[in-house]
Amino acid sequence: MTLHPRTRDQHPPAYAPGYKTSVPRSPKQALLAMGATATEQTGPVFGHSMLGELDSNLILNFTGEPAVGERIVVYGRVLDENGRPVPNALVEVWQANAGGRYRHKKDGYLAPLDPNFGGCGRVLTGEDGSYEFLTVKPGAYPWPNGPNDWRPAHIHYSLCGPSFGQRLITQMYFEGDPLIARCPIANTIANKADLDRLVAPLDMNRARPLDFLAYKFDIVLRGNRQTMFENKPEGM
Amino acid sequence: MVQPLEYLKETPSQTAGPYVHIGTTPNFIGNAGIYPEDLGLKPFPDDVAGEKIKVTGIVYDGTGTPLRDVLLESWQADASGTYGPGIQGWARLPANQDTGVWTLETVKPGAVGKMAPHIALWIVARGINVGLQTRMYFDGDDLTTDPVLARIEHKIRVPTLIAKSDGPGSWRFDIHLQGDGETIFFDM
Repeated sequence: MTLHPRTRDQHPPAYAPGYKTSVPRSPKQALLAMGATATEQTGPVFGHSMLGELDSNLILNFTGEPAVGERIVVYGRVLDENGRPVPNALVEVWQANAGGRYRHKKDGYLAPLDPNFGGCGRVLTGEDGSYEFLTVKPGAYPWPNGPNDWRPAHIHYSLCGPSFGQRLITQMYFEGDPLIARCPIANTIANKADLDRLVAPLDMNRARPLDFLAYKFDIVLRGNRQTMFENKPEGM
Repeated sequence: MVQPLEYLKETPSQTAGPYVHIGTTPNFIGNAGIYPEDLGLKPFPDDVAGEKIKVTGIVYDGTGTPLRDVLLESWQADASGTYGPGIQGWARLPANQDTGVWTLETVKPGAVGKMAPHIALWIVARGINVGLQTRMYFDGDDLTTDPVLARIEHKIRVPTLIAKSDGPGSWRFDIHLQGDGETIFFDM
C-alpha cells in the first residue's frame, strides 16, 4: 500500500498573511516532496480499553453535572479518499463553552467559565467509520488578529488514522454562521468549495425531539493505493 | 466529458490554534478529571529493549522566539527497527508553557530497511495551518545509505535534520520554522 500524495491546493498555504500568526510561523522554503516510506505508512493503533465511558459526552464528562448551552450531537463518518470507512480512528475534539470561553489559563476572555464544562472529548470510530459526540454548541469569541476579528463557532478535530502520514487537525464550523465568511482562519482555504467541506449541516433527522439538535461532519483522510507493478527499494 | 475520478478529497486542514492542549493533553495544562492520564505520555514501556535516550529541543519562529504553545508528536521504530505494536513508538510532546522546551524520553530507534535510524516529528500550533512533518536523525550514525537524505538537493540544509549529542544518551534537536537554518519540512 502507498499513501496518496496530499493535494496541497485544497489545504491552506503555510503563509497566509490575513492570519497574522502564520507570518513568522510559516517555512519560507518549499516542502520537500517524496513518496511516503514505512515511517509514514505506519502509525499508532489505539484500543478501546484506553477510553472512558463518558469520553464522548462533553456535557457530562467534566463534573458529571450537565454543562450549560445548546445541546447538540455532532456525528459523522471518517472515510479515506477511496470512500472506504476508517475504523478505529482516534477522533479527539476540543472547544470553547457556550459563551466562547476556553478552559485554558491563557484564555482571558471576559465570558465566564462553565463550572461543569471541560471542553474535550474523544472516541474511536466504529467498523463503519462512524463516530458521535454529545456536547453544547460553542460560542463565537473575539481574538487579537485584526482589530475586530471574531472566530465563528467551531469545534477543533484531531484525527489519528491508521498511519502517521494521515495525521490531520482541522476545525468544524456550523451551517449558516455569518462569521465563517469573515474569518481569517477559515479563509486561509482558497476555494469556497473546500471551506464548505468544513461546514456541518443541521440534521433534523438525527436530532432527538425535546433533547438535542444534530450536526453531521464527515471527515476524509488520505487514501492508500495498492502498490502493483512497483518494485520499491526496501525501506522506501 | 471523460469518466469522473471518484475519489473523495481529503478534509482541509486548519490550525490547531492556541488551545490544542485542551483536546490532546488536558492533564498537562491542568484540566484534570476528564481522562485519567494523557495519551502518548511516553513512546515505550519502561522495560523495552534498547539504548535509553533523551531528546530535548525548542521550536523557534522566524523572529527567533520559542513557540511555547506548540505540540509535537513523535513516531519511531523500536531498537530493532520495527514499528508498533499498538501505540508503541508514538508520543505527544507538549512544549513547556514557559520555556518552550519539549522533551522526549525514548529508546534510540534501529534502522528501518535502508533508512538510517530516525524519529518522525509532526508539529502543530497556532499559526501553523497544516501540521509540519520533519525527521530527526542522529549525528555519528552512518547516514550515507539513507534514501530520504540522499534525495535532498540542497545538502547545506541536511544538518537541520541531524540531532547533536549534548551528553551521554542526551540529544538536542531544535527546529527553526523560518529563516536562517530553516528546518527541512517534508510532504510525504
